[in-house]
Amino acid sequence: MAEKSESMNIVIAGHVDHGKSTVIGRLLADTNSLPDGKLEAVRENCRRNSKPFEYAFLLDALKDEQSQGITIDSARVFFKTDKRHYIIIDAPGHIEFLKNMVTGASHAEAALLVIDAAEGVQENSRRHGYMISMLGIRQIVVLVNKMDLVDYKQDVFDAIVAEYTEFLDGIDVKAEAFIPVSGMEGDAIAALTDKMPWYSGQTTLQALDNFQKEAPPVNMPFRMPVQDIYKFTKSGDQRRIIAGTVDTGSVTVGDEVIFYPSGKRSTVKSLERFNAPTPEQFSASEAAGLTLDQQIYIARGQLAVKAGQTEPAVSERLRVNLFWMGKKPMEPGKDYLLKVGTVKEPVQIEKIISVMDASDLSSGQQKDTVEYHDVAEVILRCRHAIAFDTVDSNPSTSRFVIVDDYEIRGGGIIREALPDEDQQMRQQVMQRNLNWAASAVSRERRWERYNQKATLVMVTGKRNVGKKTLARAIEQYLFTEGKLVYFMGIANVLYGVDADIKKPGPDQSHRPEHLRRLAEVANILLDAGVILVVTAIGLTQDELEIIRSVVDSDLIEAIWLGEDPTDIQALHVPNLDNMDRTLETVKAMLQNKGIIFKL
Amino acid sequence: MDHLEKLENLSMHILRETYANFKNMCMLWSIGKDSTVLLWLARKAFLGHVPFPLVHIDTNYKIPEMIEYRDRLTAEWHLDMVYGQNVEALKDKQTYPDGNVDRLTCCKNLKTEALKHTLSGQWPRFRFNHVVGKYEVDKNTEPYTGVIVGARADEEGSRSKERYFSPRDRQNEWDIAEQPPEFWNQFKTDFAPGTHVRVHPLLDWTELNIWEYIERENIPTVSLYYDQGDGKRYRSLGCYPCTNPIDSTAKNHAEIIAELRSGKLSNIAERSGRAQDAEDGGGLETLRREGYM
Repeated sequence: MAEKSESMNIVIAGHVDHGKSTVIGRLLADTNSLPDGKLEAVRENCRRNSKPFEYAFLLDALKDEQSQGITIDSARVFFKTDKRHYIIIDAPGHIEFLKNMVTGASHAEAALLVIDAAEGVQENSRRHGYMISMLGIRQIVVLVNKMDLVDYKQDVFDAIVAEYTEFLDGIDVKAEAFIPVSGMEGDAIAALTDKMPWYSGQTTLQALDNFQKEAPPVNMPFRMPVQDIYKFTKSGDQRRIIAGTVDTGSVTVGDEVIFYPSGKRSTVKSLERFNAPTPEQFSASEAAGLTLDQQIYIARGQLAVKAGQTEPAVSERLRVNLFWMGKKPMEPGKDYLLKVGTVKEPVQIEKIISVMDASDLSSGQQKDTVEYHDVAEVILRCRHAIAFDTVDSNPSTSRFVIVDDYEIRGGGIIREALPDEDQQMRQQVMQRNLNWAASAVSRERRWERYNQKATLVMVTGKRNVGKKTLARAIEQYLFTEGKLVYFMGIANVLYGVDADIKKPGPDQSHRPEHLRRLAEVANILLDAGVILVVTAIGLTQDELEIIRSVVDSDLIEAIWLGEDPTDIQALHVPNLDNMDRTLETVKAMLQNKGIIFKL
Repeated sequence: MDHLEKLENLSMHILRETYANFKNMCMLWSIGKDSTVLLWLARKAFLGHVPFPLVHIDTNYKIPEMIEYRDRLTAEWHLDMVYGQNVEALKDKQTYPDGNVDRLTCCKNLKTEALKHTLSGQWPRFRFNHVVGKYEVDKNTEPYTGVIVGARADEEGSRSKERYFSPRDRQNEWDIAEQPPEFWNQFKTDFAPGTHVRVHPLLDWTELNIWEYIERENIPTVSLYYDQGDGKRYRSLGCYPCTNPIDSTAKNHAEIIAELRSGKLSNIAERSGRAQDAEDGGGLETLRREGYM
């Protein structure tokens, strides 16, 4: 049966007017894929309007978009050969439509790139070649079209092959074949003709049939970005299910998995499916559901990896190649959102290394911004470290998009993880998580018992504004309400845990390490289910980030005391003139965040 | 992994992305085969649960079996079921054919208007109370910020004109030329406040895929889709005054699949039995622009 046979998505790309539509029209006609009478109708229409018949008109007629002259979006065209069904994704060559080409091309397994023999290699010939390679399409055949316009001369073909091969070499791509064709005359589309006796290679149809079906990457290391954690206890379901779509590799019961960047680990207890037998394993492309043996706390955005396999990279700084589709240029120092797998992370351009100039072959253009349709090499800096792979080790988990003003406006691949300042500390936290001996009581059960969510409440503000007074008042108040709460005096940490690093007097060089140690102590008390109230002088956003990288970031709440402005995200308490009212405000904040419950 | 499994897994992924990224979404359930497959996929994605309300627009002209089926599955599958209705139009007989309006106006009144006001919470929503086993006026009148719908690209032309995640502005208008790019399974999940989002997890499914999946999963469907012995069956379900069966002797899933594969129906539009389409020039253009789904 036809529906059981193989099908393949092919993207066709190239500079505007290099004849993609003609090639597609010819492919349709030569494989008898047209509706009855369509070809005749278009020929007749051309005759009546006394214009020469072109196969492109056929395509236009099929799409009913003749009035526009160009196809406005990545549309699909269907035909089949003896070997398989083809879905040709037509990526319009018009420069405005890169966005649609990217959408179309990301569904493709192979690409046909069309270059006009008379015009030669043009801007979009290069740009599209680059984009296709960046999108991860490894099988590319180049059609040198309109050979009829250059009298089928071999030297014209050879020159284009040489020029374009040099370009492809530069971006590490190898074309499967170069084929001299004429879409208009039908040379080397379905059959070779005597117009080019010097060419004896494959026809376009043969080249299509020679593309290989790519198997899902099941033999690569296991990678699954965590999409969500499901707990439908209200419906009487006690399972805690880690949900995600497997990117590469596979996972099964008994596998030890590590979640990056936290480094927390557990063992897969069960594979969950609805209305189907329990699978042997979940592998690449499957929407998986897992339960774990040890109840570790993880959230969306972590990358699940199997222990003993290649570790992913973790960093705040990334060297990437990206393409930009925004009308407003991408510029250093501006906030964007980076999406990799299920991570969504604030990001900025730290440095533009170079912008590839598609109109000549140089890639060393120096620019201050990445403009509309530019392809660039840049260094990105994320607010927090994220887990990913570099394109050389695992293309699938190296891909990202950039969101600007709610829209996806860029995409790219990560080439390299660059060092950042927090690396050492992150390593320590990861080691601690790797070696963490989980308590026998899960976090959720502890929270249920104490009727509260363990939280680190950081009371901060300038010197002498009454931080300690407020912190202790909060402790007292929550204790009276029956909460498990503890005020941890800073001196207790400074002169105890910090005794070896504490500098005398105003020297604050020990402060980052102090905050790390404070956070480690807090982490243990949070694990014990406690609401912890701690004071800190003039906490900055960077310092808050240090604490966030040690303690689960959703367990921290900050209160900024005093009239002074601050850039940290915190509940702002101007003064302590009315302590009762202040405590009500704090209580309302804790209730709204679900830390304590409304009575 | 075969084609059907690929479609299934991608749809599950999209449903999970929707749930993780948006608050206050609902899923439209028309009781037809597509949205029932969508509902089934939600149960797959969420391991037997459906963590958002299902919304049905009850025109009061639905074939009675459809309502019985809806309420049976609601109870069996513990669905958070909500229906909305244009109570005024029904009372004033602004309906077709028993009232004094044409088919399109009737559609607009009973479907488009009812949907719009049910989603916004301006009109009463009737929610199934599983304890007492009947519908009650829902106290929650918060607007739904978006809807998950079972639209398929092959129903109405080019895939290229839609996206899995498609923004609509406050007027529910849709800018075809400015569709967001979607690649590498990354979707537009960031929206300016006030944007209404439509999610189409079934975009790449065909009518044949739907039936193959119903067969594979043994999903319960209303009997109207099958020939009951008179050589006729419904291919698309709607209100009884405006829905006609097609000539077909397909009595079960397998026979419907065989019929679709045979190409016998390939030149007949799937919704050819829906009279309002013909009245609207065949393309649902006017209705759709006004927010019909």
